[in-house]
Amino acid sequence: MKYIDDYRDKDLVEIIAARIEKITTRPWTIMEICGGQTHSIMKYGLQEFLPEKVSLVHGPGCPVCVTPLELIDKAIYLSSFPDVIMTSFGDMLRVPGSESDLLRSRARGSDVRIVYSPLDVLKIAKENPGKKVVFFAIGFETTAPSVALAVKQAGKTGIDNFSILCSHVLVPPAIRSIMSLPGVRIQGFLAAGHVCAIMGYHEYHEIAEKYRIPVVVTGFEPVDILTGINKTIEQLESGNSHVDNAYGRVVTEKGNIPAQNMLMEVFEPVDRQWRGIGVIKGGGLKLRDEYASFDAERLFPLGNIKAEEPEGCIAGEILQGLKKPDQCSSFGSVCTPDKPLGAPMVSSEGACSAYYRYSGSQKKEYGRV
Amino acid sequence: MCLAVPGKVISIDDSDPDLKMAKVQFGGVVQDICVQWIDDLNTGDYIMAHVGVALNKVDEEDARITLNALYEMREIDFKFES
Repeated sequence: MKYIDDYRDKDLVEIIAARIEKITTRPWTIMEICGGQTHSIMKYGLQEFLPEKVSLVHGPGCPVCVTPLELIDKAIYLSSFPDVIMTSFGDMLRVPGSESDLLRSRARGSDVRIVYSPLDVLKIAKENPGKKVVFFAIGFETTAPSVALAVKQAGKTGIDNFSILCSHVLVPPAIRSIMSLPGVRIQGFLAAGHVCAIMGYHEYHEIAEKYRIPVVVTGFEPVDILTGINKTIEQLESGNSHVDNAYGRVVTEKGNIPAQNMLMEVFEPVDRQWRGIGVIKGGGLKLRDEYASFDAERLFPLGNIKAEEPEGCIAGEILQGLKKPDQCSSFGSVCTPDKPLGAPMVSSEGACSAYYRYSGSQKKEYGRV
Repeated sequence: MCLAVPGKVISIDDSDPDLKMAKVQFGGVVQDICVQWIDDLNTGDYIMAHVGVALNKVDEEDARITLNALYEMREIDFKFES
């Protein structure tokens, strides 16, 4: 496919890898923000193309993983209402809550549906006027504008049986949170390309300057990721720390302004709990008061639901790049994709799931042995 | 979650000013994608689609220049090594 195949070309990966090898003189630790990038790195065995001096650590960019346990419990509780149709993206159904998950709720008779797009939820709401249709809205700045669009459309077309359980989160506050951790060892960031497709990268100049750290906007295919790493190491080796764009075919400095306007018209920033990490100041979004009639937390009695994280899962440390999945004593034994302890083992973007699926060179697309 | 897929715009329906839609081809599959936030969109353009909505147009000129630079790098490396 155009704009995919060229960027999976192993020859080009080898060329960029050779460049990285040539310019790297010292050890460097780089964090890729997005879980989609983590999966590409594991799937294609990209770490094996890098010099041993270059270490990749995996970031918090997995919306499913950072959705608070309490909200998952709320979604499960909501799905038990006989007049509710609960909808979400596929990954969300298998994430464990305190005692169950949405998939098990469905098996017990709740109406829980997987959707591809928030706009599909409006169709379900229209087709089921006697039901209350709730969308469990997760995702970063990439996804939130589409949910905002669905909320706006619902208002405009008079769909009053649609609401959202909002768990949207924002990337820049999470980067600041990680950089303020004691003993942080990250020296460069690969920024999440599709978040930047919407938001641009003007927000990252302040981060690069404040923490004296290169931030390179990076795509998701193997060639994109190695190009991002190459540009990061070029900066590190020459003592620079600014924002660079290695995903110019999709990302511009200012981003997609109409999408940003839609996002900020419907949502406003809020302090938000990130699962395993804690509250991040300004780290999430909530519906503005004008859209309160679409807020499931205000429409349904959910206030009493509280939850505690399970023991034996180090998801928080993994999401902050402090540990890697294979450093967890539960990894692959007590915790597997079939029986996950935490969300990173479930999600298609979770680091634990990526390690489980692709560990061992025979499982990698073109990793070296 | 943040994954987006490139697709080619086959046709555009801008009859609803608040919900501009397009038929977009991904390999052999054609899907309806909302293109509300994409200015100057024409059939034949490529967009990046995420959860049924276009994030941005693919800048084909940028893609061509970047790939050519990589292929040039290969040529240079080849000459250097030989």
